[in-house]
This record gives sequence, C-alpha cells and structure tokens, in this order.
Amino acid sequence: MKKTVLYEEHLRNKAKMVEFAGFMMPIEYQGIAAEHRAVREKCGLFDVSHMGEIKIAGKDATRFVNYLITNDVAGYGENKMIYGLMLKEDGGVVDDLMVYKFSDEHYLLVVNAANKDKDYEWITGRREGFDVAIEDLSDDYSQLALQGPLAAGVLQGLTEYRLENLKAFDFDVFPIAGREFVVSRSGYTGEDGFEIYGSHPDILALFSRLIEIPEVTLCGLGCRDTLRFEAAMPLYGHEIGPDINPLEAGLGFAVKTSKDFIGREALLAAKNAGLKRKIVALELLERGIARADYPIEAEGRVIGRVTTGYMIPTTGKAYAFGLIESAYSDIGVEVLIHIRKNKIKAKVRNKKFLEKKYIK
Amino acid sequence: MSKVLDNLKYAESHEWVRVDGNTAVIGITDYAQESLGSIVYVDLGAVGDRVEQFGEFGAVESVKAASDLIAPVTGKIIAINEEVVDNPELVNEDAYENWLIKVELEDTGELDKLLDAAAYRELLG
Repeated sequence: MKKTVLYEEHLRNKAKMVEFAGFMMPIEYQGIAAEHRAVREKCGLFDVSHMGEIKIAGKDATRFVNYLITNDVAGYGENKMIYGLMLKEDGGVVDDLMVYKFSDEHYLLVVNAANKDKDYEWITGRREGFDVAIEDLSDDYSQLALQGPLAAGVLQGLTEYRLENLKAFDFDVFPIAGREFVVSRSGYTGEDGFEIYGSHPDILALFSRLIEIPEVTLCGLGCRDTLRFEAAMPLYGHEIGPDINPLEAGLGFAVKTSKDFIGREALLAAKNAGLKRKIVALELLERGIARADYPIEAEGRVIGRVTTGYMIPTTGKAYAFGLIESAYSDIGVEVLIHIRKNKIKAKVRNKKFLEKKYIK
Repeated sequence: MSKVLDNLKYAESHEWVRVDGNTAVIGITDYAQESLGSIVYVDLGAVGDRVEQFGEFGAVESVKAASDLIAPVTGKIIAINEEVVDNPELVNEDAYENWLIKVELEDTGELDKLLDAAAYRELLG
C-alpha cells in the first residue's frame, strides 16, 4: 500500500483513512457534510497526490497527444489546460484526463490514480511513428487542491505572483511561500480554486502552512466526490468507462472529430447510428437516496441504472446520474428508481445542479 | 471508545434491542453510528410490516453509503421513531436514546441468539 507524503499529517489531523487506488487516503476528517459545505462557502484543502502525472515531450508531442485524446490541443496556447479522453478503438474510454500544455513539445497528462499504470502502458504502446519521450512522473509529484470562494485570497497571501492573471484553466510555474510549484486555476468541485503540483518536501511544507490558516478546512476524498457530482462532472468507472463512450456521457464538447484520434471512427459510427443510451441527471421526487447500480425503470421494465447518486449535503436534495435508454432521456420524463424494496419516483432534469463559479 | 450499554442485547450486525414487556425497542449501536459517520437518511419501513430475525428491514445512510438494517428479532413493527426520520443526525448524537423501531416480540427465545453487553464488547475488540 502506498502512502502520500502527507500520510502522517492526515493521521495527526484525525482523518478516517481508506484504501483508494493503491494509496491510503483520507476519506474525511470532521465529516463529509461539513467539508462539502466548507468548499462551497469558504476554502477546502485536499491531498490529491495519488493522481498520476505522465510527461510527453519531443518534436511530435502535439501530434501524439492529439492522436491519443479526443480534444484538440494544437489550437491551445502555452500554459493552458485542456480536458480530454483517451479512447479504445471501439470508442470506450481508457481514461479521462487534464492535459497541461507547457509548449508544443512538452505536455503533462494528469490521469486518474486507479488508471495510471494502465494509461502509461496504453500510451507507450501507441508511440510508434512519433518522435516523443514518455515519462511516468507520478512518484515525483505530490499534489494539493485548494478549492472554494476564499481559495484565491488564501493563496495570494503566500505568493507575490498576481493570481488575477491566472484565469480558469490557465497554469503557471511560480513560488509560493518560497518554494516553486506548478499551479493551475482548476479543480474538481465547481468552485474557483487551484491545483498545485510540487516535490514531496515542498508540498509537505506548503500543506503545513495552509492548514495554519483559519479559513482553510481539511477535506477528504468523500466530499471530493459529492462536490464533483454536484458540479455535474463525470467520474471514470461511473459516468464514463470502457463500456460508456463520451457522447453517451454528454461530453461531446471535449470531442473534436475534425482531427484524427484513436476511437474516432467508432464514435462517428455510434453518432450516425443514433445513441442508444445516455447519461441523464435525475431529481428524486420522493424520499430516498439513489446509489450506484440501482435499477431504473419505466413503462414496467428496467431501462438503465444509477451511476452516481447522493443527497447533497448543503441542500438536502437527492439527485442522481443514470445511464438510461435514450427514448427516456428528455427533460421531465418520470422514471422509477429501485431502492431496496421500494420504487421511488424521479424525474429527468438538466445537469445544472449548481452554478459553477469559475474566474474567466 | 464506542459506548456499549449493559442492559441491552446486541446483534453482530450492530443493532441493539431493549425488551420492554413484549415490545422490542430496536436501534443501532454507538459503534455503528461512528463507523457510518454523519447519518443523512433512515429507511425504516412502515408500521404493520413484519420483520424477521436476522432479515433486512431497512437502511441507515450516510452521505457516502447505505448500510442495511438487520432485525435482531421477529415481529410486527408497531412504531417508527418519526423524530429520527425527520432528523437522522439524532442517531449520531445518541444512538441508544434515539431508537429506530418498536417490534411486537413473538418469541422471547430469539433473544438467546443475541449477544449480551460483554460479548458485544468482545466483538468490538
């Protein structure tokens, strides 16, 4: 079992630890609900050092990354982040990831921890014909996420870099509290915030500084999932996966079929044939909480299943994402979710559970 | 250290029973509420439902997950704690004060299949 550099800090701060993607990670400190609220109202600090980082450099780096992922990195400038997905030839998802573009010849792919080894193997297996160097830097980087409306103020107190120059999905390299980090204005919560990459000792030092600040609440992976869900962001293994393609998941904005990439033909064929299933947002109309894999029923038969569901800690509203037959995916359609012995009414709604607060 | 009360009977699945004449008052233990974390929802079935010893009758849910409730005795549900239905976090505050359901006990012999406080303490280690 791997430990992040902050493991001892988590224990000292009374985290409940769980195994996640081969790491011992904090699921919560004081409780998921309080931590969720802290990120929506103030500022939360997450250890996300388990995330994988894969560097791709070389003359053909842009062409190679564009061949690997659905989005088009060629049109982006330096110091921009781009969301994309790596697909199998059949259009199923290998992983979704953030691409950090340092230059046309240097990219950093930030991938899901649970998929990192598989991703690295996938990427190296497809390098033939490209002049690139591929390096797994996951063991060299630790990562923090500082998220919430007070995040910018907190971070600005520790750096001379003008954070107003860093807009949503920009990144830069600059010193915080005397040490150098890669910092992007991004996150997985729907709030303004920052993802901060550095060496293990530098991240440990920064973490220790940040938790001394009264506005900062320590947050675990538990609220990371409720926050990303409320912000309607997909999670690999739930809303996307080897058997759910990005169009079914509603991620067409990150798919650029005007250029070539692995899985493009399969996606185009699926689109032309008409999508048979879609990920929809559901609002429960009766008391209950829909959990992953609960069956969804309409007209007397099962038409899909829940992929993620929660009662949102801040609002008490019970929402879910479900993968269902497209015929039932229009807004307003009523379905039944099987919850233990009961069938609970739910309604298809838009995915905007929350107004995102990115700094443009 | 989780609280275990001396005068109760316990199921290995972390429910407690207090017998009051032929009424069994049922809740979850302090250990159970602590392991679950903040409880946000309870599903307790309805008055009139029959529960069976060691059969599932509902669930307590934290933000993260649903955890099945197992009936420690057989009988008809005669009361549901509506206060807990409306404020599930009461179970986190005091898991023994805030019972979940009351069941009309059919067979007092079933109580022998449950743990006493000492055995339950041992189970928790």
